[in-house]
Amino acid sequence: MATAYILWVTMVLEIKDLRVEFPSRELGERTKLAVDGLNLQVRPGEVFGFLGPNGAGKTTTMNVLLGFVNATSGAASIFGVDVRQPIARQRIGYLPEMTYYYKFLNTEELLRFYARIFRIPSPERERRIDAVLQLVELESARKRLIKTYSKGMQQRVGLAQALINDPDLLILDEPTSGLDPLGRMKVREIIQRLKEQGKTVFFSSHELGEVETVCDRVAILHEGRLRVEGRVSDLVQEYQCNLEQIFLKIIGHLAPA
Amino acid sequence: MNNIFALAGVVIKELYRRKDFYVLFVMTAVVSLLLGSVRFFNDDKIVRFIKAACLLLIWISTLVIAITTAARQIPAERESRTIFPLLAKPVSRWELIAGKFFGCWLACGITLVVFYLFFGLLTSSYEHHWPVATFFQGIWMHWVFLAIVIALVLLGSVVFTAQSSNATISFIVVVGILFAGRHLHYVGLGMNGFGGEIVTAVYYAIPHLEWYDMRDLVIHDWAQIDWIYIAGATLYGALYTGLLLGLTWMVFRRKTLTL
Repeated sequence: MATAYILWVTMVLEIKDLRVEFPSRELGERTKLAVDGLNLQVRPGEVFGFLGPNGAGKTTTMNVLLGFVNATSGAASIFGVDVRQPIARQRIGYLPEMTYYYKFLNTEELLRFYARIFRIPSPERERRIDAVLQLVELESARKRLIKTYSKGMQQRVGLAQALINDPDLLILDEPTSGLDPLGRMKVREIIQRLKEQGKTVFFSSHELGEVETVCDRVAILHEGRLRVEGRVSDLVQEYQCNLEQIFLKIIGHLAPA
Repeated sequence: MNNIFALAGVVIKELYRRKDFYVLFVMTAVVSLLLGSVRFFNDDKIVRFIKAACLLLIWISTLVIAITTAARQIPAERESRTIFPLLAKPVSRWELIAGKFFGCWLACGITLVVFYLFFGLLTSSYEHHWPVATFFQGIWMHWVFLAIVIALVLLGSVVFTAQSSNATISFIVVVGILFAGRHLHYVGLGMNGFGGEIVTAVYYAIPHLEWYDMRDLVIHDWAQIDWIYIAGATLYGALYTGLLLGLTWMVFRRKTLTL
C-alpha cells in the first residue's frame, strides 16, 4: 500500500531548469545552446509525446535522461532518482531511433546479456526472453545472428530489449521511423498495450497523427525551449485545429488563425 | 560485479567469433607446435634457440591479441553505437571499463594457457621433465604483464580518436619499455642536471614491463624464482593496472556521448 502510494505521488520523470550547452564548431562562438531552461513532468501511466523539429533539443534531452550527456545546469530525475545515477535506469526501457545491437550475438544471447545487467534471476530471465520474443514475433529467429536480420526485424529486437526488464517507463526515440505500415501498427499496438498495463511511455516522434492517437499529453520544443505543453484534447480545443497545425504554428511555419 | 562479468562474457564471445583472432591463434599454435617438436642432433644450444624463438612468437602474438582487442573495445562500442542501449541500462561507466578490461584479460589468459600448454607439452616430452612451477611462474608473470598492457591500451582508447593510432602508439610504448625501460636509470645517472633528473623521473614513473619477461627462466630451465618476488611483481602490476584503469575512468566518466 505504501509502495503504491509512493509510486503515485512521485513523478515518473522530472526535469527542472535543464540547460545543455555544447562546444560550438563555429568561429567566434564558444558554445552552442541545445536545451534552454526546460521544465517538464511526466506522471505515472501517461503516454507523453515529446515533439519538435529536427535540432529542437529532443534527443539532447533524452541523452541527458539516459546519462549520455551531462547537463550544464539544472536537474533531471527518473522515479525520484538523479539521472546521473545508473540505478535511475533500473526501471526504464529505451529504444533508440536506429538499431544499435551487437551483430555477433543472436537475439536470445543479446536479451540474456541485457537481462543479466538488470539482475533478473535466471528462471525468470528465460521466461521474460520467451515472453518478449513472442510479443515482437521473433521466436523462430531467436538463434540467428542479429547481423542476418532485416531492418524491420532489427527494430523488433530493439523493442524486445527495451521490454526485457518489464519497465515502468519506456523511452522511445522516434520508434516508428523507417518502419513499414505494418511495423508502425505493431509499435502502436505495443504502446497501447503498455498504456493499458499502467506503464508510462515517453516518446519523441515526427508522426504527429500517430502522436495524436496514442498520447495523453505532449510537449513541443523549439530551438531548445519548451513552447507548449498540455493534454492533446485541450490543445486541440484551444487552437481549434489538429496537432500537426498546432505544431506548425508553434514553430512559426503557419500563421495563427 | 554482476555487470562486470556480464560485459566480460560479451567481450570473450566477440573475440571467439572473430576470424582474425582465429588466424593469429591457429598460426601461433601451429608454429609453436612445429618449433617445439624440432630437435637437431640433441644439440642443447639449438634446442634453446628454438625454444627462445617459440616463446618470442608467443609473446608477440599475445601482445598483438591484447593490444588489438583492447584498442577496439570502447571505440567500436561508440562507432557501432551499441554503447547507447548498453548505458541506457543500469551500468556505470566504471563497470563498462572494468568489464571490458576483464573480458580482454581473461581472453588473453585463455590464449596464454593454450599457447604455453602446446609449448610445454612438446618441450617437456622431448626433455623428459616437466618444470610445472617454472612454467606457472612464466605464464603468471606474462598474464600480469598483459593486464598492465590492456589497461594502458584502454586508457589510450578513451584518449585517442582512432583505434589504429591507439594500437600503434601503445605497441611502440610497450615495446619501448620492454627494450629501453631497464636502461633509463643508467642513462639518467650518466646525464648531468635537469635532463638527468627528467630521465630518472621517467624511469620511476613508467611501469617496468621488462620485469615480467621470464622467457630465460623457461628457456634455460633455471630454478624457479622465490614466490615472494612473484607476489611483489603481481602487486606492482595490480597497482599500475588499477592506476591506469582509474585514469581511464576519469577521462571517460564525463565524456559526452551523442547519438
